[in-house]
Parts: sequence; C-alpha cells; structure tokens
Amino acid sequence: MKQSQKPKPRKETIKSWLFFAASLAFTIVLLVIFPNRQTAVIKSSRQIFMEMIVILPAVMLLIGFFAVWVPNEMVIKLLGKTSGIKGIGLSLLLGALPTGPLYVAFPLAAALISKGARVSNMIIFLSAWACIKIPQEMVELQFLGARFMALRLGLTIVFVIIMGVSIEKIMESKVT
Amino acid sequence: MNLAPVFINIFAIGCLFVSFVKDKQKTKRAIKIAVKTFIRILPTILLIVVLVGLLLGFVPHAVISKFMGNQSGIVGIFVSALLGAILYIPSIVAFPLAASFLKAGASITAVAIFITTLTMIGFVTLPLEIKELGKKIALLRNGISLLLAILIGVIIGAIL
Repeated sequence: MKQSQKPKPRKETIKSWLFFAASLAFTIVLLVIFPNRQTAVIKSSRQIFMEMIVILPAVMLLIGFFAVWVPNEMVIKLLGKTSGIKGIGLSLLLGALPTGPLYVAFPLAAALISKGARVSNMIIFLSAWACIKIPQEMVELQFLGARFMALRLGLTIVFVIIMGVSIEKIMESKVT
Repeated sequence: MNLAPVFINIFAIGCLFVSFVKDKQKTKRAIKIAVKTFIRILPTILLIVVLVGLLLGFVPHAVISKFMGNQSGIVGIFVSALLGAILYIPSIVAFPLAASFLKAGASITAVAIFITTLTMIGFVTLPLEIKELGKKIALLRNGISLLLAILIGVIIGAIL
C-alpha cells in the first residue's frame, strides 16, 4: 500500500497545544476578572476530565491493537473484492474498526476505487469510518446512554447506505 | 455511575493479555501506537476540558436552551449543524462535549445533529477529500451528510 498522504502530524500537534494554551490563558484571565465563577468552571472541568480519563487509555490501547493486528493490506483486499449486500456490510464493519482520523481514510478510499471498489461501498465505508467507531461507541454509551446510541447508530446506518447508493447513481448517470 | 468504562477497561486488558501471549514484539508496537495516539490527542482533550469548564461555568443555561434547546426550532437545527460542520474534533472527545451541551440545556435533536455533522462533515479536511476523491464525490458526500444529519436529529428527537 502506498502512503500517499502525510498530513504533517507534528505541525497539527503544535497547533493543538497552542490552541489549548490560548484557551487556558483566556480562561485564567476570565476567572481573574470574574472570581465568583471559579468554583463552577473548575468543578465542570474536573468532572469532565475525570470522566474522560477513566476511558481514554483503554480506547487508545484498542486502537493500538487494531493497528498492529489488522494489516491495511487485508482491509483493502476484503473491501475491494466484495459487492452487493455483503460488500455493504463489510464496508460498514471495516469503517467501524478503530483506524485513525477521517483524513487517513480518503487516500485509502481513493486507492480502493481505483482498484475497482464500488463508489457506494466507499461512501458507506467513509461514513462509517467517520461516525461509527467501535471504541468510540463505548464513549458514546457512557456519556449519552444506550437508547441515544442505538437510535443514532441505527438511523445513521440506514441513511448512510441510502446516501452511498444515491451518490453512486448520480456519478454513473453523469458519466454515461 | 456507568458501566461502560469498567467494561472497556476489562476488554482492553483482556486484549493486552492475549496479544502479549501471542506476540511480544507486536504488543510492544501496539502500546507504542497507543501512547503516541494519546500524546497526539492530549492537547485536544485538555482543550475540551477547558472549553467545557468555560461553557458550563459562564454561559447561562438559558442561552444554550435558547439556541439549541427544545424551543429553538429551525434556528437550533442550523446552529447545531453548522457548529458541528465547522469544528474539527475527534469523535472520542465529541461525545463528552455533546453530553455537556445536553446537560447545559440543549435538546436531543440538536445534540444528535451536532454529533453527526461533527463526525461526517469536515470543512477543514475538505481540500484533502477533494484532492483524493474528486470534487463531485466530496461535495456530494458532505452536502448529503448535512441533510442526513438534520434528518437523523429530528427523528431521534421525535422518538426520545
């Protein structure tokens, strides 16, 4: 597999730290001006920090295991050769594997299309990659509850399949 | 307290054990990737911690309710959809952020729309998507995703 895109992770990281530093400085200034808000702000921040820290290390570990044990070549091979309902299911499933941010998936999907994968499957794959990630769903379950998660996932899957098929139709009709 | 963190931690430790028994080298690499990913995402996590503190500490519930609450109607739908489309946040931290919106008075519809546009639509990554997949696919995908997000949010809001 060719690694055609390098989104400069180091630069991104520096930018994120700068954002954090700026927002922290902004918050400190605000809290100095409005000392009566200190308790509320610190309490909310500490609460969400605790909630995230009990779950994130485990999520990171799972991402690491998937990266090591599930090779990209296998992902490409399975997605490229399938079609029909099996292909849709596989696209959903593979997209849901924890494999990094969405911009990693664009070159992957492009490579798959050029290898003969269906456009509809790739749209489904990209959408699943974007908003249905297995470890992330644990986070959704914890923060938003089972009913919300189940409904959102169910609706998303149905609509994403419809979107994939529609986009493929549009692309084909423009070509012919 | 929720059971999700307990479950995922047990699951991760189980995977760690199986992986270690099968292949020590691969396990080492997996842990390395995990640490690297964590370090990369750490500033964003801390940013969210600060922003949520600011949001819940300073913005009165009435304001969030007004723009994203049950009475916000069409305006609420567009505010949530746009906010999600513009912001560029990994989905792991999107859920806690969405939950704090909910706690602060946003409606379920608004939160569902926000999560969907946040994850599926990326203004920031659109140039890359166009470059890789072509203008037509990229614009169609982002445009239709926006409509779907609103549809999903409205249906979830109607049911829950």
